[in-house]
Amino acid sequence: MNINATLIGESITFFIFVWFCMKYVWPPIMNSLNERKKLIADGLAAGDRGRHELELASKSASQHLHEAKQKSGEIVAAADKRAAQIIDEAKQTAKVEADRVFASAQANVAQEVARAKEALRSHVAELAVAGAEKILRREINSKTHADLLTAIQNEL
Amino acid sequence: MATEVLTSSEYIRHHLQNLTYGHLPDGSWGVAHSAAQAKAMGFWAINLDTIGVSIVLGILFLLMFRGAAKSLHTGVPTGFQNFAEWAVEFIDDSVRGSFSGRSALVAPLALTVFVWIFLMNLMDLLPVDWIPRLAMAMGLPFFKVVPSADPNATFGMAIGVFLLVLFYSVKMKGPGGFASELAFHPFGKLALPANVFFEGINLIAKPVSLALRLFGNMYAGEMIFILIALMFGGGIGMAVFGGALQWVWAVFHILIITLQAFIFMTLTIVYLDMAHQTGH
Repeated sequence: MNINATLIGESITFFIFVWFCMKYVWPPIMNSLNERKKLIADGLAAGDRGRHELELASKSASQHLHEAKQKSGEIVAAADKRAAQIIDEAKQTAKVEADRVFASAQANVAQEVARAKEALRSHVAELAVAGAEKILRREINSKTHADLLTAIQNEL
Repeated sequence: MATEVLTSSEYIRHHLQNLTYGHLPDGSWGVAHSAAQAKAMGFWAINLDTIGVSIVLGILFLLMFRGAAKSLHTGVPTGFQNFAEWAVEFIDDSVRGSFSGRSALVAPLALTVFVWIFLMNLMDLLPVDWIPRLAMAMGLPFFKVVPSADPNATFGMAIGVFLLVLFYSVKMKGPGGFASELAFHPFGKLALPANVFFEGINLIAKPVSLALRLFGNMYAGEMIFILIALMFGGGIGMAVFGGALQWVWAVFHILIITLQAFIFMTLTIVYLDMAHQTGH
C-alpha cells in the first residue's frame, strides 16, 4: 500500500484509454445513435403523412361516391322520363294504326257488300227466268202463283 | 484460507499486499517478497498487479465497445450492441444533465471512467482467495486483484482528472482569469492570502476526495470480504454463516461498485463543468 510509480503508470494509462475512447469508440456509437434517431423520426413523420393522405383520400372518395350517386339518380330519372315518352308515342302510333286498320277494314266490308249486291243483281235476271219457268210449269194453280211470287220476293 | 501457520493478521496483511516490482535491497531488480521489502523500494517501484489488471480491464472495455462501434448499423440493435448503446446513451444523458458547455472530451471521458472503474471494482466480487492462491501457485508472493483498492490506481485517475481540470480552467478562463479566480475569491482583493488558501484547498480537495472516496470504499469492501473469508476456518457453523454473509455482502457490493463508479464519473463531469464555467 505504498504510493509508488504505479501512480504515474495509472495516469498515463488513463489518458491513453480516454484518448482511444474519444477517438475510436464514442463518435461511431454516437453517430449511429443519432442516425437511428433520425430514421425513427423520419418513419414517424412518414406515418403521419400517410395517415393524413389516407384521410384526404377517403374524404375525396366519399365525395366522388356522393357525386356518382347524384349523377346516377339523374340518369335514372331521365331514363324514366324517356321511357314514359316512348310508351306515349307508341300508344299514339298504335292508336293511329288501329284507326287506320279499322277504317280500311270498314271500307273493305263496304266494298264486299257492294260487290255481293252487284253479284246478286246480276243473278236477279236468271232467278226471275228460273221463277218464271217454275210458274209456267204450274200455271193452273193461282195459289201456287202467289206462293211462287212470295218465294221470289223472299229470295231477293 | 489460512491453512498453513498463518495467523489471521498475517492472512489479512498478505491479502492487502500488492505485487511490487522494484529495486531490491541487494541491488538487483525484482519482485518484493514481503511488505517491508516493498516499502523499502521507495517511490520507484511499480505494483504489477494493479497496473496489469487495470490495463487488461481497460483494454477489455475498449475492445468490447470498439467491437460494438465497428459492427454498428442503424437497424434493430442486438446483443452487446444494444448494451453499448444503452451505456453510451446513459452517459450522454448524465453529461448533458451536469455539463453545461460543449466538449468532445467530456462524454467519452465519462464513459471510460465509468466502465473502467466499474470493471476494476467488479474484481472485488471474485472470491478473495482465488487469485492470490493462483498467483502463489505460479510463484508470485502476492496478488491483489482489485486495482481500485490500491490508492495508486485511484490517485492515478484522480490526478488525470485534476490535470484535465487545470488544463480546461486555463484554456477557458485564460491564465490570468484562472489566477484571479484563485486570488480574488471568495473574499475580494484585500484578503488575497486567505483567498489563495481557501481556493487552493478547494482545488486540491477535488482529486483527493475523488481518489480517497473510491479507494476507501473498495478497500473497506475488500477488507470485509477478507474478514468474512477468515470465518471459513472457524468450524462448520462459522463457515456456513460466513458463506451466507459473503453472499449478502456480495449482493450489496454490486450496488456499491456501480454507485462508486457512477459517483466518480459524475464528479469528474461536475469538476470539468466547473473548469469550463467562466463566470464564477
